[in-house]
Amino acid sequence: MAALQIRNLKKSFGGLPAINDVSLEVAPGERRLIIGPNGAGKTTLFNLLTGDLPVDGGSIALFGEEVTRLATHRRVHRGLARTYQIITLFQKDTLERNIALSLLGLSRTRWNSFGRIPEQFREEAAAVLSRVGLQALASRPVSEVAYGERRRLEIAMALAQNPKVLLLDEPLAGLSREERAGVKSLIAGIRREVTVVMIEHDMDTALDMAERITVLHYGRVIVEGSRAEVVADPRTREVYLGH
Amino acid sequence: MSRAAWLGVLAVLLVGMPWVAGEFYVNLTSQILIAAIFAASVNLLLGYGGLPTLGHAAYVGLAAYLSAWLYLKLGLAHWLTAPIALAGTTLMACAFGLIALRATGLGFLMLTLALSQVLWGTALRWVSMTDGDNGLRGPARPFNLDDATSFYYFALAVTAVSIWLMARFVASPFGATLQGARDQPRRMSALGHDVWMIRWVTFIYAGFWGGVSGLLFIYYHKYIHPVSLSLANSAEGLLAVIAGGSGTVAGPIVGAAVVMLLKNYVSAYVERWNMLMGFVFVLIVVFMPEGLVPGVRRLWRRFRSVT
Repeated sequence: MAALQIRNLKKSFGGLPAINDVSLEVAPGERRLIIGPNGAGKTTLFNLLTGDLPVDGGSIALFGEEVTRLATHRRVHRGLARTYQIITLFQKDTLERNIALSLLGLSRTRWNSFGRIPEQFREEAAAVLSRVGLQALASRPVSEVAYGERRRLEIAMALAQNPKVLLLDEPLAGLSREERAGVKSLIAGIRREVTVVMIEHDMDTALDMAERITVLHYGRVIVEGSRAEVVADPRTREVYLGH
Repeated sequence: MSRAAWLGVLAVLLVGMPWVAGEFYVNLTSQILIAAIFAASVNLLLGYGGLPTLGHAAYVGLAAYLSAWLYLKLGLAHWLTAPIALAGTTLMACAFGLIALRATGLGFLMLTLALSQVLWGTALRWVSMTDGDNGLRGPARPFNLDDATSFYYFALAVTAVSIWLMARFVASPFGATLQGARDQPRRMSALGHDVWMIRWVTFIYAGFWGGVSGLLFIYYHKYIHPVSLSLANSAEGLLAVIAGGSGTVAGPIVGAAVVMLLKNYVSAYVERWNMLMGFVFVLIVVFMPEGLVPGVRRLWRRFRSVT
């Protein structure tokens, strides 16, 4: 059974098709890279997968369960987690509290309107931050940490939920070479049980992180295959180099 | 001085106040306490939820009307009227929340205003039930709280419990998700939180505390008029929160005190007190845009760092 199965997905904005009949399957534990030039529909595809945007047509299934009409938070409870291209964190809160909000998302404790956030959440948050090398900054507000550390926190918040399918939207965007290396090794260290689907604009940087690659162009899948197949395909070169 | 020490001093001052102050000031403080619960309930929506409401007086008025009507027209005792009024107000908040939370921001503001105006119009025009523009007059206070001091202690106890419960609410895991939904609603959904439900529960909770304030209001004044549900009353609550500092526990209490002092005390000396209130509000926004409580804290920190 596929971890993620997309069939004939469609989405238009004012008559302009952003996702046009996209179908793809991602196997459990697979590392899938979705590439394409600006405006190819990569982030729109993620937004459809998470339910941030309603689909115009087609279907989405997570481990065989149809989730096309489910609200975003319900998909998360079924094991879907994501990061954002534009960092979306709780700026005034500490790193620890950001992780706690992530942990609360899947816990019944989130409805407790009288007690305090349990100590166990602090300990779990500390463990997650330690995993991504941010434990020393746990009590610092997000607004006071560097951009690269915020990127790591984004990933840590998703990982804190022990997702089955993790969607990473340009996790290397805006990072220095050293920071990229750090984030790449962080992604490489994600447990094999987690299926990872990653968008990356810069093909050269991300190719070595993927097992299979899907090339999107004008909302359509134009090439799909292994790294060697995709690199060798003339349509990939045409999309990226224009010849 | 620690926070506990400050609270201890405040408690001593509030408990000891009737021994040193005259009846006028005791009554004035009772009104400030009632307004503080109201402002704190507005703050749950505005300060912690990022939901600016302009119709919260509806819950004050509804609880007061229900309590007075049940007492005067059906002859029910207070031990029955109070829970029924609170239940009715909370149910109304459930229904209003379903409508108002179809929007956020300005849309939410306008929907809360429109819904409260429906109640205001009903109170004014449904004369057979509400006595229209004459208002409902005459319900006695419960527990023989007829003198200023005993009512003051009653209001003080209810206010202390109300503020404590609201403070616990915002400091709880649910409160953390509420503030998360205020700052990054999309991110909160992506973390598995049902943002709409968080807001709806808060809307109902805030409506309930608005109702508690309404009960104290009718017990204090022994009279309720449609003006209590009006836009002006809702705006006063909003003003108190913004002036005192939204998103803080103490802010709405201080804001309510400022508004009530201007309204009830300064108006005795200054004919155009409304103008003065506007002027004070402008001063606060210009010099302490975050509100009096956070503003004073900021100045205090600066003073401490200099000395």
